[in-house]
Parts: sequence; structure tokens; C-alpha cells
Amino acid sequence: MTWEALVFLIFSVITLGSGALVVTTRNLFHAALYLMLSLFGVAGLFVLLTAPFLAGVEIVVYIGAIAILIIFAIMLTPQVMQIPHLRSNQWIAALVAAALFFLMLVSVLTPLAEELGVDNWSAGFTQDDPADVPADTLTTLGESLVDPDLYVLPFEVASVLLMAALVGAAMMVRPEEPEPRRSEPAPVVEPGAEQATTGGD
Amino acid sequence: MVPLWMFLVVSAALFSTGLYGVLARRNAIAILMSIELMLNAALINIVAFWRYQAPENVGGQVFAAFVFVVAAAETAVGLALIILIYRRHQSVIAEDVNVLKW
Repeated sequence: MTWEALVFLIFSVITLGSGALVVTTRNLFHAALYLMLSLFGVAGLFVLLTAPFLAGVEIVVYIGAIAILIIFAIMLTPQVMQIPHLRSNQWIAALVAAALFFLMLVSVLTPLAEELGVDNWSAGFTQDDPADVPADTLTTLGESLVDPDLYVLPFEVASVLLMAALVGAAMMVRPEEPEPRRSEPAPVVEPGAEQATTGGD
Repeated sequence: MVPLWMFLVVSAALFSTGLYGVLARRNAIAILMSIELMLNAALINIVAFWRYQAPENVGGQVFAAFVFVVAAAETAVGLALIILIYRRHQSVIAEDVNVLKW
């Protein structure tokens, strides 16, 4: 077993194991922490795939921003800590559906399809010696994102989409009624007066 | 390196895990987390195909970067919706939100 296969095995186990815990753990907060671990495994797979920039983005954006955002949402909705139990049959049906979907994908993706008589279907899938990645991939990536002949338009559209989504999210969760101003003077209650002390809160 | 189909199988397994979560979980935030798992499976797929089929073409990485952007936008809007629903219904259970059903 080469070291690459070993690293691949380790990160795959991290990713899939914590992914399974994400969808099965009762405590949502623990599920969010397992999600972070799973995303870390995905970042490791990216490193193995010679995409260090994407691994960094995965850690900064996914673990640093999205997972933290999910944890904030979990803490803002206190009721979610106690999750009611699933209906008895629902998870079995979901498990069967997911397992069948997985088997379907695997049977198409792996050399199994070829053994079943589909010629040349997965010829590209069994290669284990791809060409080397050019050393200036990161530079090319950065330049292609602002190159008018390549990806500058999708890049700008993506940035506008991101800004619209964030402004929309902030608009949606704003307080529904403005809180009463704190600067208003509290009603003055004369000492010894008969009137009830209403208001002021 | 390990052959390409191993990455694809890991990606398929991660996607199926997320699919199970979306189908079995009742909590909207848990469903959102499962969707993140599925997006990550798609990311592994994209990057693996880029690495093995066209490492000289940087388009694969650009595509993955756009998936990051879409995932961030989706999470922000989704969580905002969930918090809004929680304020209105005092619940984040997906089945409780059925005002559009009839």
C-alpha cells in the first residue's frame, strides 16, 4: 500500500464516518461538530487531489464560515436541542432509499459496469496515473477568473449572487417590530402619589 | 495514486449519506447540514474528475469555486428562512411548516 492510498483511506474514513454521525446523532450541536470534522476530511482529499487552494477554501469557507453559521442558527433556536424521535418507519425507508441510490451509483461508476458487459464504459475511471498538474495552476486559476475571455462574467455573477443572498438573509431576519426607544424618559412617579406605577417597561 | 473510481465511490457514499439525512431527519437545520454533505460529495466529484481527466485545464477548479459560492449563499438564505420560521411557528420541524400544503 502506497502512502497515497493510506492517506486516501484515512481521509475517506474521517469524511464518511463523521458524515454518518452527522445524520444519525440526536444532539444537533454534536452533529454540527461532526460536520466540521467531515469537511476537514474533504479538505484532506482535496490536498491529495493536488488542489491545495480548494482545500484552503474548504477550511476557511466551509469550516470557518458555513459550519459556524449553522452553529449560530442552532443556538438561536433553543428548542432544536431536544429533537423528537423519528416516526418509526421513516428512517428505515430513508435508509433503503439511500442504500439503493448508493448501489446504483457504484454499479455505474466502478469497473463493475464493465464486468457486466458494458464495453469501455469506465475506461477512464480505472486510471491511477494521471498527468501532473502544472506548477502554476494557482496563478492560472486567479488569472482565468478575471480574464474576459474565460470566467470573468460567471465570477461577477457569482459575486452579485452572494451579495444578494447575504443582503436578503439579513433583511429576512431583521426584527419584525422596532424595539421601543430606550432614550424616552421613563414616566416620573411622584413619591407618595396615589397613581399606579404603570408603564415604563 | 489511487484510481479515480475510488474517489467516485467515496463521493457517492457521502452523497448517499446526505440523502439519507435529508429523507430521515425532521429538523430543518439537520436537513441543511445533510445538504452540505451532498454539496461536498459533488465537490469531491468535480475535483477528482479535474485531477484525473484534465489537470491542465483550470476550469474544473473554477467550477468548484463556484460551488463554494453557491453553497455559502444557500446556507445563508436557508438559515435565515429557518430562523424566520422558528420565530413564527416556534418550531424548526420540517413537517410543522405546512401552510403551503393546502
